[in-house]
Amino acid sequence: MTRETSKTVRHDVYVEKEWCKGCRFCIEFCPQHVLYETDETNSRGYHTVAMADNSQCIGCEMCTMVCPELAIHVVTIDGESEQGE
Amino acid sequence: MPAERHIQGEFFMSGDEACAEGAISAGCRFFAGYPITPATEIAERMSDRLPEVGGTYIQMEDELGSMAAIIGASWGGVKAMTATSGPGFSLMMENIGLGIMLETPCVVANVQRAGPSTGLPTMVAQGDMMQARWGSHGSYSIIALSPSSPQEVFDHTIKAFNLSERYRLPVLVMTDGAVGHMYEKVNIPPRSEIDLVARRKPEVAPAEYWPYQPGADLVPPMANSGEGYHFHVTGLTHDERGYPEMTAEAQDRLIRRLVDKIEKNSADILELEEDGIGGAKVVVCTYGITARVAQIAVEHARSEGIPVGMLRLITVWPFPQERVAQIASQIETYVVPEINYGQVSLEVERSAGGKARTVLVPHMGGTVHDPQTILEAIRQAAR
Amino acid sequence: MMTIAQTGEHAREVHPLQDYIREDRFPHIWCAGCGLGIVLSAFLRAMLQSGLDPDRVAVVSGIGCTGRVAGYIKLDSFHTTHGRAIPFATGLKLANPELEVVVFSGDGDLIAIGGNHLIHAGRRNIDMTVICVNNFTYGMTGGQFGPTTPSLARSTTSRAGNVENPFNIAGLAAASGAAYVARWTAAQVRQMERSIIEALQKRGFSFVEIISPCPTYYGRMNRQPTGLDQMRYYRANTVVRHFASPHEVGVGLGGLIVTGKFVDTERPYLPRGE
Repeated sequence: MTRETSKTVRHDVYVEKEWCKGCRFCIEFCPQHVLYETDETNSRGYHTVAMADNSQCIGCEMCTMVCPELAIHVVTIDGESEQGE
Repeated sequence: MPAERHIQGEFFMSGDEACAEGAISAGCRFFAGYPITPATEIAERMSDRLPEVGGTYIQMEDELGSMAAIIGASWGGVKAMTATSGPGFSLMMENIGLGIMLETPCVVANVQRAGPSTGLPTMVAQGDMMQARWGSHGSYSIIALSPSSPQEVFDHTIKAFNLSERYRLPVLVMTDGAVGHMYEKVNIPPRSEIDLVARRKPEVAPAEYWPYQPGADLVPPMANSGEGYHFHVTGLTHDERGYPEMTAEAQDRLIRRLVDKIEKNSADILELEEDGIGGAKVVVCTYGITARVAQIAVEHARSEGIPVGMLRLITVWPFPQERVAQIASQIETYVVPEINYGQVSLEVERSAGGKARTVLVPHMGGTVHDPQTILEAIRQAAR
Repeated sequence: MMTIAQTGEHAREVHPLQDYIREDRFPHIWCAGCGLGIVLSAFLRAMLQSGLDPDRVAVVSGIGCTGRVAGYIKLDSFHTTHGRAIPFATGLKLANPELEVVVFSGDGDLIAIGGNHLIHAGRRNIDMTVICVNNFTYGMTGGQFGPTTPSLARSTTSRAGNVENPFNIAGLAAASGAAYVARWTAAQVRQMERSIIEALQKRGFSFVEIISPCPTYYGRMNRQPTGLDQMRYYRANTVVRHFASPHEVGVGLGGLIVTGKFVDTERPYLPRGE
């Protein structure tokens, strides 16, 4: 399987902040260690998660899969999409 | 798919066999049950007939599973039934409640035998009548029919399916070991002469469908699984969307509707048989096999000049309290023979409201009454 | 693996599973660190990749924390009585064989009160998929032990340690006759998803056990107070042994967790073809 990536493809995450319960699974399971717990809290008092450096995100979607709240998912930004298997 | 085999004509059939044939005639195409005396013959006949009409028979591991399976089958879009007796009826109670709460059309036949517990497995009684009304927990209403002959078992089973589809709830056919095992002539009409009712379907698109938004008659239209409605239904107290709503307010709304759905439509549901009520001093109020025994007593009493009428309950639940109250103001005594130690008689007494006496003629079970005991009670009441 | 091919600001908010979750009921009721949402998410992704028609998928759950899954899924879903999801699903499937029926319930619901129905469904090899989330506890009622709680584990009704022997559910399902038996932990998100696809596509009784964290009760009472503690434990103590003997993969307190696909066979199933 070949992967064509444009130099301009980047990934980021979208966090549904009101759904996050600060469990830290995404932080733990991210192979690139690009997620972190912010100082910000949502209305339930949980510290929400954010992307530290999206140039390091490889769009593996581990965070999307391991989040029990369905509160985080990967988005592709800047044009061309990545063709996966 | 095998060709549908509707049998018609006159047959010499037991009540249990007639129950199965009534179900088949009503369009029942799913039976899940567990053998239990004296209802086993219903399962046996269904196991033969359902494959002949393209339906499914499954023998579940217990009555709990049987009741759950028929509710599931009904949600799959198929008319479904189970049959049991006292001990199995007790096991089914929790899921009868689920059927009420999910508003699921289905039919449960209880061929009553003497209890409590194992009791007299092969012998008649009418001891589950209050259980039929209140056996599951919580406040709810239910429909129960009481046939007196194999012909009536056939007819009432069809009626039960129709009522269950119309009002979206489990409907009970309360027969007994005598009617269930007696053989009599049963006339099965041509299919075209049998009126069937099917559940009302939604008229909106899936995106606008709320599973528990009732019509004016308090009954919501029902989507079956697989029709693209993507509904959620739950045994938790829920709102009109079907979502759990755990508040006193939602409980009030839901429970009132589930009960009113039956009680406010009782004029459509109730069926009674009255004979000689006008001018009567005593009325024998009875149901099921006991009505046939009481008939003998009533005839004898009339030949002795006693002005006695008979009120036969075909629908036992909802209880015809208004009619019973009305008659009470015209007569002196209700005589209530039943094969238990007083169940429906309590309802008669309650409904009579003190305007007439209520005299119970009990029989603990095992045989039907000796008509003499009922005749004696009528004579005593007429004095 | 789902590839996200969305661009632009407006695409950001759309969760890939949006069409199949009842967003108006989120955030869901499960605790922070509970694994149920992971299993829900894996199931929906698996369903979408399995080739099944979502209009024909029916989800049936029982009572308990796992039982609440049905309420969050935007498919025909039934939240039924305790222990009776499997017979309900049996009726649903036999009445309408075109439906793809999925039972989604917990260890207490399926193995304790529902145990009899489980073994008979396995015996009949009813064509359905059962996803059994095993968190070793009765969570909804406050953390009592159940039939899968390891010996010596603490719970609110075994404060001195569980004196009973637990079931090995994979073994139970296999012994009953299930055509497909697999076990994963909530940390094995990719394998879990692939296994559920296989289970959905399999004709016969498919049983997938997923070991999942309960931080509030089981974890807290057994020195793993957060979901993260339990997820780290799974990662460090799980092995994959496909086709291991299902009778030898019991889970003990503090022991190794053997995961994998243990059974994948063919045998006659219900409903019979025409």
